[in-house]
Amino acid sequence: MFKWNKLGKIFDPREHKNESWMQEFAQSPSALICEKLVRVYFCSRPAPAPDGQYLSFLSYIDLDRKNLLKIVNICKAPILALGAYGAFDEFGTNPISVIRDQDEVRVYYAGWTRCQSVPFNAAIGLAISHDDGDTFTRLGEGPVLSYSPDEPFLIGSPRIRKYGGTWHLWYVAGKEWLKTEGKPEPVYKIRMASSEDGINWAKVGKDLLNSTLGQHECQACPDVIFHGGTYHMFFSYRSTHNYKSKEGGYRIGYASSTDMINWRRCDEMAGMCVSESGWDSEMVNYPNVFVLDGETYMLYQGNEMGRAGIGLAQLVSPQDWKGA
Amino acid sequence: MKWSKLGRIFDPREHDLPHNCREFAQSPQALVMSDRVRIYFSTRERDSVGKFLSHVAFVDFDTTMKNIINVSSRTVIELGGLGCFDEHGIFPINVVRDGERVLAYTTGWNRKVSVSADASIGLAISHDNGETFQKHGTGPVLTASLREPFLVADAFVALYGGRYHMWYIFGTKWKKFVESDPPDRVYKIAYATSQDGIHWQRDSRQIIADRLNADECQALPTVFVRDGTYHMYFCYRQAHGFRKQSSNAYRLGCACSTDLINWVRDDSKAGIDVSEDGWDSQMQCYPHVFQSGERIYMLYNGNEFGRFGFGLALLDD
Repeated sequence: MFKWNKLGKIFDPREHKNESWMQEFAQSPSALICEKLVRVYFCSRPAPAPDGQYLSFLSYIDLDRKNLLKIVNICKAPILALGAYGAFDEFGTNPISVIRDQDEVRVYYAGWTRCQSVPFNAAIGLAISHDDGDTFTRLGEGPVLSYSPDEPFLIGSPRIRKYGGTWHLWYVAGKEWLKTEGKPEPVYKIRMASSEDGINWAKVGKDLLNSTLGQHECQACPDVIFHGGTYHMFFSYRSTHNYKSKEGGYRIGYASSTDMINWRRCDEMAGMCVSESGWDSEMVNYPNVFVLDGETYMLYQGNEMGRAGIGLAQLVSPQDWKGA
Repeated sequence: MKWSKLGRIFDPREHDLPHNCREFAQSPQALVMSDRVRIYFSTRERDSVGKFLSHVAFVDFDTTMKNIINVSSRTVIELGGLGCFDEHGIFPINVVRDGERVLAYTTGWNRKVSVSADASIGLAISHDNGETFQKHGTGPVLTASLREPFLVADAFVALYGGRYHMWYIFGTKWKKFVESDPPDRVYKIAYATSQDGIHWQRDSRQIIADRLNADECQALPTVFVRDGTYHMYFCYRQAHGFRKQSSNAYRLGCACSTDLINWVRDDSKAGIDVSEDGWDSQMQCYPHVFQSGERIYMLYNGNEFGRFGFGLALLDD
């Protein structure tokens, strides 16, 4: 089992209410390591519209590389505009995953669109920065990864990696919308695609993980890190029912693979549990694991899907990555 | 080319159609059989909230194209499930024979917020000569992509040289023309190829030149070969004011190609236009050209996008 030392909540958007687009939520943290700082991208929301609907914007904070608990800068405005009228990303860009590639920085994001019979739909877009991640411009008005015969809707939760010159995108695909007494609730599972250019993708076309909470388990945010010849995946999973409560809320699971296609799931290994009390006592989710100066860290969001902000944990060393 | 109009041959108000569909017989598409010509079309019902749902139906004509011998009495293709791309309608449908199978390329519609709807292209396959179709998955085979942001629709597929060729349209923008009206869509004709009819390669390029202006809407391509040249008919209109104002409404255009890649548009050679009066006097749209025996026919819709049926024309020379 991995052993993590929780360093606490590092950012709460509700403490910075001067920014209208960053009233609450700091979701889907994604780290970009820079020379003197670690930039943490995330998705924040303005106050909801009168009809209760939210928008979501790409934002960042800069952490001191020598002291990750110290915020040295907060972005002053959204760094990626929302999509055009009628486009797949008209109402939000969330979740996100950021990667440096030579002299550019790329963000892969799930674009939000709103529908009538179901609340929303999503597809994955790509935006590129040529100013070291300060601002981003979308590559095109449409998505780079969208629906296909066996992935009918809800293509989202991207995590981008590049191994050996090949791009790999872990993401989720919707399986079905469940009719409930309230709004329809989606079921989605983790999948993968590969690409030579990060733009044109070949989907693997299968669910990578078994479902431990039954066929309606939702899986998200497949964050992969390569270590010791093995691919390690930390991800979020939850029940379809009561998922806004502690009982059914998101937990962080774990799986490992040697070929990126076949995965052995072992959630007990993850070692990242909800706290007894406090900001991450009901749910832990959307992990992003990164290595900095020889240490391994995990960014994650807590209760209410990250409404209360982002936390940081450090992997206790030495660690047995081979595990149980 | 010169076409002789044979008049309106099908009026949906004169038939009992599945799903209580009373009006609309849009985008007629022919499947030629030994003893009949089956014509698929999209018709509409009002759902529980008063909005339209488009359903596929068909009518069988005898080979003279003068007598109706059958009208479909049951669902030809089910609409999609909750949240699927084709939940709120299939319009149009294009059918193509592929060995023992009949492939149907469907345009599925799903209602959105802000814009009214989006569209993607699905595939359904028939193993009973076009009587019933089974969907190839619950999602689309062609949908929005990097350079085709929305409204991927109106597939027409043909097999030439062992490859599948698809002409289709994609949306380029939603544009506001009048402050008091919601934005209007603009879409253009494009081209894709495939080795299996499922996975498509496309370059997201407009292949037919605009005639009206940059906001011209182009729709429903149909392609056939004659004397070694590929001919395409399609419909086109102004982006705004096209519903009520005849001068802005759909007309038929045509283009030709010798290599399936480069097309020369020349609408003056279409050889067919709106009538002085009657069912196709305000607009002409959704053309479909097919061959039955030695004859080449064109099916098309008239006024109000086919609310009152479709007509037929015969190629003279």
